[in-house]
Amino acid sequence: MDKNVKLPGTPYSSDDFKKGKIPYVEDVPKARYTWSAGIAMSRFLEELKNGRIVARKCHECGRVYVPPRMFCSYCFRPTDEWVYVKDTGRVNTAVVSYIGADRGKLGEPLVVAVIELDGASEGMGILHKLGNVDPEDVKNRKVFNMRVRAVWKKPEEREGAITDILYFEPIE
Amino acid sequence: MRMNIHFKNRVACIGAGLTLFRRRLFETPRELAWEAAKQALENAGMELKDIDCVVFGSAPDAFDGIHMQGEYMVDGAGGYKKPFTRVYVGGGTGVFSVIAGWWHVASGLCDKVLVVAEEKMSPALPHPQYVFHHIFDPITDKPLGVNLIWIFALEMHRYMYKYNIKKEDIALVSVKNKRNALDHPAAQLGAKITVEDVLNSEVLVWPVQRLDISPVSDGAGALILTSEEYAKQYTDTPVWIDGVGWNLDTTYWTNRDLAFPKYLYYAGKMAYRMAGIHNPRKEIDVAEVYDPFDYKELHHMEGLQLARKGEAPILTREGVTERDGDLPINPSGGLLGVGNPIAAAGIMKVAEIFWQLRKEAGKRQVAKDPTTGLAQAWGDLMQIGTVVIMRV
Amino acid sequence: MGRDVAIIGIGSTNYTPMTTEYSYKELMFEAALKAYEDAGINPRKELDALVTAAEDFWEGVSIFDEYIPDQMGAVLKPALTVSGDGLWGIIHGYMLVKTGYFDIVAVEAHSKASDIDNIMDVWRIALDPHYHRPIVDNVHMFAGLEMMRFMEEYNVSREALSMIVVKNRYNALYNPMAPYGTKTDIETVSNSEVVSYPLRKMDISEYSDGATVVVLASREVAEKYDKEPIWIEGVGWISDSPNIEEWDLACPSHVVLAASMAYSQANIDNPFKEIDLAEVDDRYSYREFQSLVALDLTNGYMMDELVFEGVISPSGELPVNPSGGYLGMGYPLEAGGLVKLYNAVVQLRGEAGPMQVGDVEKAVVMTRREFPSPSSAVVVLGR
Repeated sequence: MDKNVKLPGTPYSSDDFKKGKIPYVEDVPKARYTWSAGIAMSRFLEELKNGRIVARKCHECGRVYVPPRMFCSYCFRPTDEWVYVKDTGRVNTAVVSYIGADRGKLGEPLVVAVIELDGASEGMGILHKLGNVDPEDVKNRKVFNMRVRAVWKKPEEREGAITDILYFEPIE
Repeated sequence: MRMNIHFKNRVACIGAGLTLFRRRLFETPRELAWEAAKQALENAGMELKDIDCVVFGSAPDAFDGIHMQGEYMVDGAGGYKKPFTRVYVGGGTGVFSVIAGWWHVASGLCDKVLVVAEEKMSPALPHPQYVFHHIFDPITDKPLGVNLIWIFALEMHRYMYKYNIKKEDIALVSVKNKRNALDHPAAQLGAKITVEDVLNSEVLVWPVQRLDISPVSDGAGALILTSEEYAKQYTDTPVWIDGVGWNLDTTYWTNRDLAFPKYLYYAGKMAYRMAGIHNPRKEIDVAEVYDPFDYKELHHMEGLQLARKGEAPILTREGVTERDGDLPINPSGGLLGVGNPIAAAGIMKVAEIFWQLRKEAGKRQVAKDPTTGLAQAWGDLMQIGTVVIMRV
Repeated sequence: MGRDVAIIGIGSTNYTPMTTEYSYKELMFEAALKAYEDAGINPRKELDALVTAAEDFWEGVSIFDEYIPDQMGAVLKPALTVSGDGLWGIIHGYMLVKTGYFDIVAVEAHSKASDIDNIMDVWRIALDPHYHRPIVDNVHMFAGLEMMRFMEEYNVSREALSMIVVKNRYNALYNPMAPYGTKTDIETVSNSEVVSYPLRKMDISEYSDGATVVVLASREVAEKYDKEPIWIEGVGWISDSPNIEEWDLACPSHVVLAASMAYSQANIDNPFKEIDLAEVDDRYSYREFQSLVALDLTNGYMMDELVFEGVISPSGELPVNPSGGYLGMGYPLEAGGLVKLYNAVVQLRGEAGPMQVGDVEKAVVMTRREFPSPSSAVVVLGR
């Protein structure tokens, strides 16, 4: 199909929309959920309240899964044991975000990372924020393999959520 | 899985159609799907009544704000009183809907299938990107305020770190694809830009900048697939679907090796074996690999064994992936140039291979004489690869 | 179409109104473990593809396909999602096997309806945004319209409709998977609260949670299998106009067309005679009758005769929904058709225990997707 073919479709601009040239119906979809966290993640969240990170271990392949799950993804059998992993680890990859979830600009850039926790199987990282890390150290790639530890909320402020860990910060 | 090269029912593609890809289109989702379907039918010399089955593809329902979106789309997609299904593998859906069309025919159950993909991202307010917030795990990821671009940036950065790749080399992909798109009739963002333009564009999530990313788009695309018997009735120049492959990796994306798309390696392997391809780098003449981000084109070339690990940026720098190169990649202009109405963009890629192999791509026609082409898409949580291999 | 594809394994959780302790992943895992064990396969080695049937807004997650592989043993395998009911999943799994490239394919569907806080609002999001959404508050209104038209054209009594509810909920008492088994009576059903006249509260199936997995295999694999395989003999799936106003509300053409597609593949000329068991859509009481009409399974009986003369009771000429159907097992969203298929397979195998309806050689399974969906699927199974 050559460039000169005229294709169907009627473009309009955001201005046309704002000026009311485009008829529309507005609706805010209402959908609310209470997700059952299930056995593995309920325990994970409970333990976060205690300032600990819990994992599940498969005795067949030896993998230690974080976040925990009741099934081994690779052996397809139930996992066998609860084990604690450390709240320290190593940065697998990190980036600097200048935007939030809704694409709005953030006031301060935010460093986020995949962190491989000590005690979990190799390559089994979790997503979290990094604090006290200079965005420049992300850009110059110093951040890779950086040793980090969790900075927790005060025990009385924890609510059993991933945000009970405020962020991870460099150990040295 | 049996991998003998034995075609019980060979499947042909005999027609393609597209609408414009634009940030906002006036037509409703049903109307867009219909426009694309009508073109594909005309292109194949068919009418809707000739079609046995319809496969529809669209990514998250949340863009249109319509639950069970496939059901809403039935008549627009040409499925009225026909067997109709919507298949869904996130961003990989466009190419995947073609794979689903393939099995309708390859199973012997249907002879003439209409495959339609449509995406209208513009209705989502305040910004379509927020819709992507809801693809994340509500327990581990969402509370951190995750934005879709984070995870791609994390992957891109790991890839850059592992193979010591410079941003300049990645930016070349964006430059090439946007330039290629100048010759595409549907293109939303065809442009002549430079590497400096990319490197100076707004930083969204380092290392991802605005010009590293494909746009938000509305659009639709459609293809006609038939059995061998019917293909010969309708055309002298069918394009055969000789291999399909897809593969889904673990949900837990933070547990994966982000530097190499293993799922795509397996998807490619499946398709190559089906098509009897032993050396993809030599045997694939032209490829449309999924490029919602510029680094993804490189990442995917490596996953598809079209380049060795870490080699794709070098091939790009050397011009191998240009239209006149030895391995033209995304001659259409890709998602970066033509636009990214998610599922429809996948159809656009398959359609480009269809036109390239039929030598109907006009100014976009690659310099070499292509007989084997590949189209690929990618989706979910950086997790699924979908591959179609076509031949004349 | 011949006997190319067999069902070699089934597995399911029980269906219950609430499953707050388990995540959907844990439910899927339980069903998958049972199904693979039943089929005698190791999914990590032998599973060629996985088909999941799901819809994003039921899960509360966009792109639900992301969340399926790990608990199904399908990591780094060809896995996909069909946006539809599990019966569509079966149909696509069937086609995959028929291509000749796939020997063993698993099909999964589940419901976590209890995770949804405001399910009627979520149904509303499925409505056409320009026309229906502003004027329809409750999708049961469409069922009321359909029911009225059906009762009028097929001369059905209120008592016969209530008797369907009595029958199915009684049948469910014998189904260990079913949560809504009870002994009720015509009067109680007929006097339950009006939802959208003539539709009453007890005419409507309650929701349930659970997960079901079915393992399909090619003839070659199935013949090596030590249990008797159950064959898929015909499949049909059709969508009508999404504008409900255009339908034949008394007898939906999407069901009629899907049935004729499946019957012709299965070489069935006289469905009532040839079919021994029917698991059909009974999301609403009237729907069971309507499904039988559209499936050509009434043999000239009036609707009232079908139920009052015991034609469709477990010991009747054509047992219909001996599992308890949606009225007895609950309506598990996209798992609906798969649960019906599971129960039909149990009957075909003769493993239904106190539910067993006698010797079953051929069964038909049919479900619609619910309003405002215009789609139905039919699968014919044989021994």
